Amino acid sequence: MLYIPGNNPAMIQQGGIYGADSILLDLEDAVALNQKDAARTLVRNMFKVTDFYDAEVCVRVNHLSTPFGLADLEEIVPLQPSAIRYPKTESPEEVIELLNIIERIEDRHNLPHNKMTLHAMIETAMGVQNVFNIASKFSRIDAITIGGQDLTADMNIIPTPDGIGIDFARKRIIMAAKASHIDVIDTVFPDVNDEEGLRRETEYAKRIGFTGKAVINPRQIDIVHEVYTPTEEEIRKAYRIVREFRMNSAAGIGVFAIDGKMIDAPIVARAEYLLRLANVTVD
Amino acid sequence: MKPKIPAQAGTFESSDVIVLIEPLPDKAGRKIEISSSVMQQFGESFTKIVIDLLDQFEMTDIHLIAKDKGALEPTIKARLETAIKRSLDLQEGTLKQ
Repeated sequence: MLYIPGNNPAMIQQGGIYGADSILLDLEDAVALNQKDAARTLVRNMFKVTDFYDAEVCVRVNHLSTPFGLADLEEIVPLQPSAIRYPKTESPEEVIELLNIIERIEDRHNLPHNKMTLHAMIETAMGVQNVFNIASKFSRIDAITIGGQDLTADMNIIPTPDGIGIDFARKRIIMAAKASHIDVIDTVFPDVNDEEGLRRETEYAKRIGFTGKAVINPRQIDIVHEVYTPTEEEIRKAYRIVREFRMNSAAGIGVFAIDGKMIDAPIVARAEYLLRLANVTVD
Repeated sequence: MKPKIPAQAGTFESSDVIVLIEPLPDKAGRKIEISSSVMQQFGESFTKIVIDLLDQFEMTDIHLIAKDKGALEPTIKARLETAIKRSLDLQEGTLKQ
């Protein structure tokens, strides 16, 4: 997911060419407080005509407790981007308030309530504490994300390269997402010149369960893709597992072995997930 | 409508346009100054976009200066709209400059 500042026309119009799976047009932290009106109008106009190719396009609005949040929703909801990303989500009550406003705007524009989804950003200690109730109770929330910079600020700690200060939060948010069967996206890696650091952090994010990672510069996209794209060897192995599972199932055999290793339901499920990621079907 | 206050929107960066608006005395009409790095190719259509938007907001007694750095039409319209609304003191959902 590539963050693009909402008040930068050059970056918006080029946003689709870098190959990111999704693009986030940002009206929040990337926009100066006295340029919120300009960014909102620019994003509205550019969204309508810009070709973002295959990328899913989301818009991050400002929180409703700011003077900007409601005006953002009035302008963005009628556009029906793939999702609205809501910052600093702290409680289910906040989500209810947000959804009520979104649905009122959708009603005024004769829009359905089930097309555009929500991404809840968890970036305060309170949000981390309430994350399962936020992730699990709303059918429109199809992803949660962690905002590392704001979270460390809220916790009064200094961000470190090993991310130790937000490690508990990361894992708690992942568990809430997994239990709710929704996506969970890792925070940005702010040092665009540290490619090895980005690779290390992305590999860690993948290992602990994040389904993707946000980036702030197109240069970071390839590294995230390299980490998340299954290797040919992984795909071949998964293909073999699923194919042999189906053959064995048809013969009434539930557990079998490949190269001396037992294959059972969890391994098959993991192989099927990997093949879905790789867009591979088993004949 | 006529501008209440001087206003500006946009930047001097590539693919953007900066729009400045000043109120003029009553019955002064419109004074429009456009400069663009692509004036020869797109000057005519740029001028039409400006006039159409000023008509849409029924703006008069206005001095509008636009310095373009190759902005696309949606950007030009966005910056014009923002500058016009700011000049009318109709800024919503932002901190005023």
